[in-house]
Amino acid sequence: MKKKLKYIEEYFFRGIMFASTLFIMIILLTLIGSILIKGLPALSWEMITQTPKGGFYFGKEGGVLNAIVGSLYLSLGATALALVISLPLSLFINVHLAGTKWLVNSIRFLLDLLWGIPSIVYGAFGFTIMMYFGMRTSLLAGIITVTLFIIPIMVRSMDEVLKTAPRGLLEASLSLGSTKSETAYFILARQCITGIITAILLAFGRAIGDAASVLFTAGYTDYLPGSITDPVATLPLSIFFQLSSPIPEVQQRAYGSAVLLTFIILLISVLTRYFSYRYKKQSVKQL
Amino acid sequence: MENTTKIAISNLNCHIGNKLVLDDINVNIPERKLTVILGPSGCGKTTLLKSMNRLTDLYPEVKIDGSIVFDNEDILHPRTEIPQLRKRMGLLSQQPYPLPMSIYKNITYGLRIGGRQQKATLNGRVEQYLRQVSLWDEVKDRLHDPASALSIGQQQRLCLARGLAVDPEIILADEPTSALDPVSSKEIEELFLKLKNRYTIVVVTHILRQARRIADYIIFMYLGKIIEHGPAAEFFENPKNEMAKAYIQGLYN
Repeated sequence: MKKKLKYIEEYFFRGIMFASTLFIMIILLTLIGSILIKGLPALSWEMITQTPKGGFYFGKEGGVLNAIVGSLYLSLGATALALVISLPLSLFINVHLAGTKWLVNSIRFLLDLLWGIPSIVYGAFGFTIMMYFGMRTSLLAGIITVTLFIIPIMVRSMDEVLKTAPRGLLEASLSLGSTKSETAYFILARQCITGIITAILLAFGRAIGDAASVLFTAGYTDYLPGSITDPVATLPLSIFFQLSSPIPEVQQRAYGSAVLLTFIILLISVLTRYFSYRYKKQSVKQL
Repeated sequence: MENTTKIAISNLNCHIGNKLVLDDINVNIPERKLTVILGPSGCGKTTLLKSMNRLTDLYPEVKIDGSIVFDNEDILHPRTEIPQLRKRMGLLSQQPYPLPMSIYKNITYGLRIGGRQQKATLNGRVEQYLRQVSLWDEVKDRLHDPASALSIGQQQRLCLARGLAVDPEIILADEPTSALDPVSSKEIEELFLKLKNRYTIVVVTHILRQARRIADYIIFMYLGKIIEHGPAAEFFENPKNEMAKAYIQGLYN
């Protein structure tokens, strides 16, 4: 009797696990499917090679090149800038501060708090700074805001990887007479290269996909940016503006833009994974 | 036969938090001899070893006082140039940690951060040190393969070669064979015997038979204290201390 109950229990919980897996798979497939079904017909050469023309927002000719270029400039710029700050910071807390647990934990806690702040708040903060310096909405302001917003994401993701590196590897490198900084950049960063690339990628994905932080700071424009002080369009905002249109053709282009956005993220993800594979082989495996 | 002292440790105490892990250590490490620090696990052997090249600095909860004099300099002095000090003492750890790069670069890493960069010199050094650890013939055709592709035993010999390449005077080895199979362990032991004419070697081990095979000088530790130390032959044939006697008879193993 008892044994039978055990079987029922097992089936019940296995059922729940299976159902949740199935549920999320269905959602994912429906999401991608619906974007593709609605968006693919709107995609054309024109869509990715032209900026909006006169009647674009009434469903006439033009494309979203302004948003593609703007998004790439903005997120590549912000990712590069964030990397310059995040890599040293995460190496510093994992090598130089490694023994001082209370300090490392406080830094991690602060970064987690920053990670939790909604991107619209970063947008508002960026806007305040812009006002203070008398800047207009521009690529530069957008890059700075997005950089601030993705730094905690990048640092904490790198940190999670770096802290799993074997302690013995650090000791080995230090014993050869290298300084802590040499150990950090030449050995630890190399050991964790795949994780670091994943962290960069994750941050890039957040940067290119976020609408709220660029709303006030990067602005929106139908033109390609001529300099970093010009406002730029971004794909998420482009999707937003097109989707709010009552005209069906324009709405359909919104889905087209969504396909483009997803495709860019996918492409970069695949490429980076391919390149990081080379380095992965060199990493020390733990026994 | 009188030995020259390479490292003189006196009144060394070490606390981790509130726990006393090294209790008034006074001992001299003889030059160009193989000294074995013997004792059961957790008796402070590794801490003693790592305090010699100040790897204990990595753990702020470890507090050390006393003096460790190495070539007339107290290395515990706050102004000691630690990277320079560590370069003079190669470390071999329990488990091999090859650097995440090729076999070739594992050997040249120490040289390159030291500033010597002539390509021909580097090639020569790589061959010289890989030969010294009898690894050259096994890897000469794949020097640019990742070091992680080697077997564990080969990795440990590579780590030894990498340490020798920066020209140390001392080799510190922390249970260097504990992750290895018997054949690889034997290779490491033979290398030590070969190298002890040129380097001062300090090996931490809890394996009695290994100590018998390789030691010139024994430091026997128990619970943070040095119970007995002296030339190996004397120690094994005629231990003065009861505890040492019991350990030798295998009562603690």
